[in-house]
Amino acid sequence: MDLSFTQAEQDFQQEVRDFLATSLPHDLSEKVRLNKRLGKDDYQRWHAILNDKGWLAPGWPVEHGGAGWSPVQKHIFEDEACLAHAPRTVPFGITMLAPVLLAFGTEAQVARYLPRILSGEDWWCQGYSEPGAGSDLASLKTRAVRDGDHYIVNGQKTWTTLGQHANKIFCLVRTDPDAKKQEGISFLLIDMDTPGVTLRPITLIDGQPEVNEVFFDDVRVPAENLVGEENKGWTYAKYLLTHERTNIAGVGFSNAALATVKRVASEVTSGGKPLAQNPFFAARLAQVEIDLMAMATTNLRILAAAEAGRAPGPESSMLKLKGTIIRQELTSLLRRALGPHALPHQPDFLDGGDNAETLGHEQAPGAAANYFNMRKLSIFGGSNEIQRTIVAKSVLGG
Amino acid sequence: MDFTLSDERRMLQDSLSRYLADHLDHERRRKTLDSGAPYNADLYKGLADLGTLAALFPEEAGGFGGTGPDLALVFETLGRAGTLEPFLPAALAAPLLTDHADLVEQVIAGESIVTLAHTEPDARYDLADVTLSAKPTLNGTKTNVLFGAQATHLIVSARESGDRLDPEGISLFLVPTDAPGLTITPLTNVDGTASAQIAFTDTPAETRLGEPAQGHALLETATAHAILALSAETLGAMEAAKDLTLAYLQERQQFGRPIGTFQALQHRLADMLTEIEQARSAVLNLAGHLDAPRDIRERHVSATKNLVGRVAALVAEEAVQMHGGIGMTEEYELSHHARRLVMADHLFGDVDHHLERFIHLSGG
Ligand SMILES: Cc1cc2nc3c(=O)[nH]c(=O)nc-3n(C[C@H](O)[C@H](O)[C@H](O)COP(=O)(O)OP(=O)(O)OC[C@H]3O[C@@H](n4cnc5c(N)ncnc54)[C@H](O)[C@@H]3O)c2cc1C
Repeated sequence: MDLSFTQAEQDFQQEVRDFLATSLPHDLSEKVRLNKRLGKDDYQRWHAILNDKGWLAPGWPVEHGGAGWSPVQKHIFEDEACLAHAPRTVPFGITMLAPVLLAFGTEAQVARYLPRILSGEDWWCQGYSEPGAGSDLASLKTRAVRDGDHYIVNGQKTWTTLGQHANKIFCLVRTDPDAKKQEGISFLLIDMDTPGVTLRPITLIDGQPEVNEVFFDDVRVPAENLVGEENKGWTYAKYLLTHERTNIAGVGFSNAALATVKRVASEVTSGGKPLAQNPFFAARLAQVEIDLMAMATTNLRILAAAEAGRAPGPESSMLKLKGTIIRQELTSLLRRALGPHALPHQPDFLDGGDNAETLGHEQAPGAAANYFNMRKLSIFGGSNEIQRTIVAKSVLGG
Repeated sequence: MDFTLSDERRMLQDSLSRYLADHLDHERRRKTLDSGAPYNADLYKGLADLGTLAALFPEEAGGFGGTGPDLALVFETLGRAGTLEPFLPAALAAPLLTDHADLVEQVIAGESIVTLAHTEPDARYDLADVTLSAKPTLNGTKTNVLFGAQATHLIVSARESGDRLDPEGISLFLVPTDAPGLTITPLTNVDGTASAQIAFTDTPAETRLGEPAQGHALLETATAHAILALSAETLGAMEAAKDLTLAYLQERQQFGRPIGTFQALQHRLADMLTEIEQARSAVLNLAGHLDAPRDIRERHVSATKNLVGRVAALVAEEAVQMHGGIGMTEEYELSHHARRLVMADHLFGDVDHHLERFIHLSGG
């Protein structure tokens, strides 16, 4: 057994480090490091830098402008990017829609949309959830009725992440109301500029307008925007879920968060000594670190299986469960580490330029906001309750 | 043993609940927050007229309460309704103002606000960690001063002698907020409550509370009152979060049935209810020992703050989780209680601080 990366993988890791050291703009990494709020420009700037290097779309084939990386290479990149405090890449176009188009889309769709994702011309968002269809996604009601060479779409989507920046939305819509729940659903691409589409922002618990409601009122969508076959959308949605859960454990995010908590704990004092020396805090931190070390290896075991061609089964649910619990605990520890400094709400610092002043520690303004925001990790992408059911069913059946 | 409320206390609780039901709901609370005002002054005056503040002060000081059970019932009721008004400063100040009857009268009437300025930027939760000096004027900085920008008076902890972490050598001074040399930076906390950072530059220290250099014991007493009040308020917020969750589990349908019919959620709800009862008992323990000798009282202070802090985080996190996406929204009431529940841990010592302190007080 050998737990280390191969020489080629180590070389790749070094190449990634060098690239991040020279190409990641300092102002961007500072924003990420301090949990400041990123705008559309910030994401687009980082996408453009990655695209210039040919690294924006890690999993796409090289002939479509992707990096063509193996699962382990993707993992190495994500880990290093997190540790360097790079912004995350917005997943909707790159890791959600594109694989579906490559597997099920027409040549015309692939040729039209993939380059526009890379260039930043299109910002996609994901229109799956509805007010009445969350965990029970297949009960979605948004209707698409064929009318000549168009579909007429009526209904509502919700929780659409960063939809305010998007010009395109990929949606699950009901095309056959009489079929069984999963069988009457289609996968449709919709231009947000089409008349009849309206957006209402939703402010989250941390004060950020991160998600939106999207309303469709007699929206005319060209029939060529259907992906794959009519009424087969559920298959594509499931494909998307099982195949693009690469970074689901979030090991890189946790490694970066752990480093931050450790640094803060060495910088703030409790009873005249660094907090890191307080046995109660140190014990909490050590427990998470121990869990994280094991999870990193669980993650690599699953990656190795994926490289050997085995499709991930319930393991990806386990990774999601453990990964979100660890990430959430780390946000909780950072908040605690800051003690009373975590109390004030400091939007100027979070939104503002570099010279906006912070009270207390530099990590103070973002700590509580991030803690509350990260509660979402155990809710979206299939809630942790749903993941537990998947794991149990895989051994118990039913 | 008797856990029933006296008739007077029951009447106070009834009138307080009724008044809050008539005058405060989530929409009105959000309106106050959106207006940028730290709290609703009319609501505060109305609650003061009902005797809410008087219930926090003992008879000798001009009030009609001030005991542990009084604080517990008032603050649980305020917490359940999600009030933003400055009652906590009064609970803190109550044991310190025994010689200032005129000021107490104004506080009880809702006309003056007296708050404690104690926490320092590098002091975290240690009550003895005071560097602001009184030699003879006040120089230094205090943070997390609750309602510091709205207060008419501050009770400032200052060091007259001793080293940074010495319990000996700390004095308390009563300072009007229009005194010279004060720079007050108003802040809003993550849970919507008001606070301030206050810098003191050669501010006169004319009125000392208690004996010189013996302020640490007074600070402990004031903090014990504050921890009881805050714990009871948190208990009220837990009850509110629980009620919302219970209703949501019954009404939200997924997979063709109410989500409350899924055993995975039922068991978690059951744990949440059980833990809330534990929190209620911890609050009662402290309420019943608030006037006990110092070593007994302080064990209950740390036990209660630790347990309530643990349960509060559990209730906040579980309630949000069981709501799904809705629980994450600013618009919905739950997220407001959740923020209060979590951020209360950052006031007057968190779960770790009080765990360590409890061990120490128990001879460990
Ligand atoms: C910040 C955020 C961003 C999001 N971004 C997007 C996006 O971009 N696009 C998109 O389409 N969607 C998005 N979502 C939606 C997300 O996928 C849903 O919130 C999620 O599927 C849960 O659905 P729900 O909120 O309706 O909760 P519900 O399904 O109503 O669940 C409520 C509670 O019941 C539990 N529960 C439900 N069913 C069961 C069961 N069978 N057994 C046990 N427990 C159960 C859940 O675990 C949860 O605790 C986002 C959500 C959030 C919070």
